[in-house]
Amino acid sequence: MTTEIAPKPASRQRTRRRSRGTRPRDRVARLMLHLVLLIGLVVMVGPFLWMLLSAFKSEAEVRQVPPTWWPVDATVENFVRLFDRLDFPTYFTNSVVVAAAVTVGNLILCSAAGYALAKLRFPGQRLLLGVVLGTVMVPGMVTFVPLFVLVSKLGMTNSYAGLVLPFLAGAFGVFFMRQFMLSIPDELIESARLDGASELRIFLQIVMPLCRPALATLGILTFLGSWNNFLWPLVVATTEDKYTLPVALALYSVGQNNTEYGLLLAGSVVVVMPVLIVFVILQRHFVRGVATTGLK
Amino acid sequence: MTTPSTVTGQTRQTSQRARRARAGWGFTSPFTALFLVFMAGPVLASLLMSFTDIGSADIRNPLGVNFVGFEQYGKLLEDARFLKAAGNTALFVVLGVPLTMLAGLLAALGLNSGLTKFRGLFRVGYYLPVVTSIVAISVVWRFLLQPETGLVNSVLGLLGIDGPHWLADTSLALPSLIAMATWRNLGFLMVIFLAGLQAIPQNLYEAARIDGAGWWQQFRYVTLPMLRPTMLFVAVISTIGYLQFFEEPFVMTQGGPLNSTVSISYHIYDQFGFGNYGYASAMSYVLFLGIVALSLLWFRLLSSRDDR
Repeated sequence: MTTEIAPKPASRQRTRRRSRGTRPRDRVARLMLHLVLLIGLVVMVGPFLWMLLSAFKSEAEVRQVPPTWWPVDATVENFVRLFDRLDFPTYFTNSVVVAAAVTVGNLILCSAAGYALAKLRFPGQRLLLGVVLGTVMVPGMVTFVPLFVLVSKLGMTNSYAGLVLPFLAGAFGVFFMRQFMLSIPDELIESARLDGASELRIFLQIVMPLCRPALATLGILTFLGSWNNFLWPLVVATTEDKYTLPVALALYSVGQNNTEYGLLLAGSVVVVMPVLIVFVILQRHFVRGVATTGLK
Repeated sequence: MTTPSTVTGQTRQTSQRARRARAGWGFTSPFTALFLVFMAGPVLASLLMSFTDIGSADIRNPLGVNFVGFEQYGKLLEDARFLKAAGNTALFVVLGVPLTMLAGLLAALGLNSGLTKFRGLFRVGYYLPVVTSIVAISVVWRFLLQPETGLVNSVLGLLGIDGPHWLADTSLALPSLIAMATWRNLGFLMVIFLAGLQAIPQNLYEAARIDGAGWWQQFRYVTLPMLRPTMLFVAVISTIGYLQFFEEPFVMTQGGPLNSTVSISYHIYDQFGFGNYGYASAMSYVLFLGIVALSLLWFRLLSSRDDR
């Protein structure tokens, strides 16, 4: 599960040495590869660059034929309107509050449950683990209708509780934390027990500090999932003051503002850029999380 | 005959076991309670609701709900828009999954070839779309695909090609969405493929080279078979994701033109919006069964013979 994915130094050295071969064929291959990879990079990153640059263009320039790359005269007018007229600060706050609450909840509840499933013996353990594993892959589309009925019954539509509670304890998080905690040596926990430490103390002072890398990865994945989540906030948030960013952006893009290109692009920048910046800074954690879930 | 010491030992053991069981339930109960209410409950409720005529009016008055057996499922077969949506979703998966896997694998092979020093840079760049909101990406791509002001057609124009109106053409709209999904997800698959490639022992390649295997033979007889578990994981994950595509048609086409991009998820959302909860549940269960069936199919196709 948590095996390092980087190649062993020896094999890396070997591939390096091979690649530094001076044969002209290798040089041509390397050139071709870089050319292809570079075109790929332009295709992958280009749309984001264009989005960022176009958000600073005037409405007329966005519609110009043929399209421009650099804004002829850059303006922040789109962002001003976004924040003054369209109440984006509220949506931004909602997204942050919901994502933060969901992340904190998952980190605490999933690691507690994961610890019990990995290191304690209790009746019903296997059943619980089986049910958790069985629902890791259940798509949100299957549960959202009854979930909406339930949340309406509880009077929680259009509230933070309604936005947060259904995502507070995810099956994936429990599975992920359990897998990581399995690698913690039993002797460590056993010796603390012999010293008379309570289970809660063992969990908080021994297990959790050892889980820091897993917590970082789970925290990032959970925050990201919540930040980008669309279907559930779309059905639960019924008035604008509870919209999250993706909901607001999507509804504006199909509603009466759907022809205001500059505004919508500026909105996309607000949704996308915080995530991209955090990703570039913390990319190791992202990639490790994905790779470890892939390797099982 | 038991000596006093073993008796105390046994009681200590039982009390310790009880203590640990209490701790176990203490640690899991907050999660379990939320999980039962918001996950396991709704999965079952969705199934039950699909056999009733429950609608938005019944939230206030649950007594008005009638059991209708398989009627909702029967309705599906006469619902032309559902059939269209099912066809579109199938096409999205059948074309999108192999395309994304191929793109992700090629990118991973390129980065893993040992020929580039800029591996980290390419990896970050290719992964960028994966972390971003599909809604925001769909908004951006709607503009990129505009016939006159869009970047895609102006690039095609440089090559002397007169680009079409991508999202307004019934035969091009869905392929456009598939291309965008491929663009968004290939980085995710690339990272998993990279991890899979690096887990292949180098000495297998050495042995193959000693036997005189060329580049293609090494790929065909070492890389591909060793990547099989990774392939399986990647195929299942992307099939599950693609079967539920929703944001793309919601933002870019609203299911049009002429229902050519309506997906099952989009249709479920619409029926939910009309208040037809029973019918929406029946559709969501059909989608669920589709996910299970396709995952099993992938397992049959890709799991190694010993596991079968």
